[in-house]
Amino acid sequence: MKADPKGVLTGVHFMDGDHAACEGALAAGCRFVAGYPITPSTEIVERFAARIPKVGGVFIQMEDELAASIAIQGGVWGGQKVMSVTSGPGLSLMMEHLGYAAMTETPSVWVDVQRGGPSTGLPTLPAQADMMQIKWGSHGDYEIIALSPNSPQECFDLMIKAFNLSEEYRCPVFLMMDEVVGHMTERVNIPSADQIDVTERKWTKKKPGEYKAFATTPEDLVPEMVKAGDGYRIHVTGLTHDERGYPAMDVPNQAKLIPRLLNKIRNNVHKLVDVRMDGCEDADVIVMSFGITSRVATAAIDAARAKGLKVGHLRLIICWPFPVALIQQLARTAKAFVVPELNMGQMVLEVRKALADVDRKVKVISVPHPGGTVHDPETILEQILEAAR
Amino acid sequence: MSESLDLHLASVETSLDNPVLPFLRQDRIPHIWCPGCGIGTSVNCFCRALSDSGLDLDKVAIVSGIGCTGRTAGYLNLDSFHTTHGRAIPFATGLKLSNPELNVVVYSGDGDLFAIGGNHFFHAARRNMDILVICVNNFTYGMTGGQVAPTTPVGPTQTTMPYGNFENPFNLPFIADACGATYVSRWTIYHVRQLAKAMKEALGKKGFRFIEVMSPCPTLYSRRNRLGDGVDQVKYYKEKSVIKNGVDTKEVGLGYQGEIVVGKFVDRERPTWLESMNAHYSHHFGDAFQPYGVKNGQD
Repeated sequence: MKADPKGVLTGVHFMDGDHAACEGALAAGCRFVAGYPITPSTEIVERFAARIPKVGGVFIQMEDELAASIAIQGGVWGGQKVMSVTSGPGLSLMMEHLGYAAMTETPSVWVDVQRGGPSTGLPTLPAQADMMQIKWGSHGDYEIIALSPNSPQECFDLMIKAFNLSEEYRCPVFLMMDEVVGHMTERVNIPSADQIDVTERKWTKKKPGEYKAFATTPEDLVPEMVKAGDGYRIHVTGLTHDERGYPAMDVPNQAKLIPRLLNKIRNNVHKLVDVRMDGCEDADVIVMSFGITSRVATAAIDAARAKGLKVGHLRLIICWPFPVALIQQLARTAKAFVVPELNMGQMVLEVRKALADVDRKVKVISVPHPGGTVHDPETILEQILEAAR
Repeated sequence: MSESLDLHLASVETSLDNPVLPFLRQDRIPHIWCPGCGIGTSVNCFCRALSDSGLDLDKVAIVSGIGCTGRTAGYLNLDSFHTTHGRAIPFATGLKLSNPELNVVVYSGDGDLFAIGGNHFFHAARRNMDILVICVNNFTYGMTGGQVAPTTPVGPTQTTMPYGNFENPFNLPFIADACGATYVSRWTIYHVRQLAKAMKEALGKKGFRFIEVMSPCPTLYSRRNRLGDGVDQVKYYKEKSVIKNGVDTKEVGLGYQGEIVVGKFVDRERPTWLESMNAHYSHHFGDAFQPYGVKNGQD
């Protein structure tokens, strides 16, 4: 279906990534946000609070991130599309409810404007050091989807994609921004509502009595949904549950539920590959980057190419699930991967893991950074030259 | 056929006609609660309140946290949500705000609502969020084996207060009153008629409403402290309860096995969070604002 024009601020704008992310959420149909102020994400909820009375919906500033991250899930079961927004310590507080959303298959968008950590760290300065936390930070096994924009325009575009994926897969979807992308002001083109595709919730057509809240088929591992108040008398629990949603805390039910929660994403990894590739087909060295670091990497790659090196650029739009098969395919011809990221080496671990199954010897060079600013392109260039040696 | 079996069969037949049965998920019975526990009695009262309320049950949703009382949501034949520990109130807040036509009830225990979830209680009451909170207070953490709770009176032994509790407990009605609740009452599970009546009354009111239900935990609290079984605790409730409607909530704190002040302490009107939001934005934006969650001009 197409976007509701009420939420779409069609036109060409000059705005920062935080504001563009908010407009993306409104365009995607988000009508309920529960938030808690934290730098550098606050502008997203400030804008939502200002815009939502005119669009029609609710913003509430909760008492903490624990409350915000569960209030949005109440919002989903009441029938709305929802988002919560945070940074740094707030993300740590949200971890339990990330697991609840995964376990209860509550479609929801989680925005993390990454800042330097751990702990209070660098509240006003960038990092990309939460990439593993969103994947592994809640207890137990679960899967999420994560997207990484590198510009305000992408904050808008990928926010809509995040909402659509969360409805399609009924899982938490992260928009992994960072302080620089959040506060960078650039041209943002917001199309008209009839040019924006939004995915409707997977509402059931079954009647009460014949509907089971968590029943799936072998072909489609994503259950159909209803909302409270429609007469279905559903039960939703974070306990291991059966198809009816009833607690069923035994080995057979755990063995049925948990693989399904993982496989509804894992079986579709090929569909969830979203990358930008530039010159990778005949490259000796491939630079893999995401988010703001991709823009710095571009400068280093241009400089390396000017020296006559064959360097490709693989930019992850969807970081989770990680495109393992693509990395393995590229490793058939490339000699080395260079992975700059604003952390001490997180996504590079996924490259190494993917290459563990590859027979050829392929070099992997991590270009870590403790955060606080972006890489110096020279640092990345040096590692590209090292990789090409 | 023996007389006792006849009697037994007669009671089975009676139970099939039990008026609360339609309110329960019968395919989830038996429940997990211990013999002598008062949670089931409170749920019985709640079912009677639902029955008497005349509410459209498709529009009533129940939200629980974690713990023995937290299992209540799973047994009621309503849209029901068993959330995370301490977070039933913020979940209920999101549910209510995204679908204002729902009558949202939070049903949880003292540890869940006032220890790990205390902050949410204060703020939901301050905001006058339009939800009913029912707290079954058994003075202990039952599900985890009888640890000290923020409601445990000074004196009794708990597994994490092995030499007796020396911490001062909360006075729950006083907290609810101070934070701005529109309705505050306390009953024990001895007072089944008054409790059902209070629940019905609270279901029909708007704003942040709070009912404390005193309930025995014979397995952990009573047994460890040699207070007898569930029946002995109900006898204590009967003997030591004093009805004082309208009394200052400062005066209703509970001591160990002491006097229990019960009754309706607070009943007042305040605009709910959504009413305040709609009124404020209508004033600010004029006709450009479409009131949220309002049908046919009625809230």
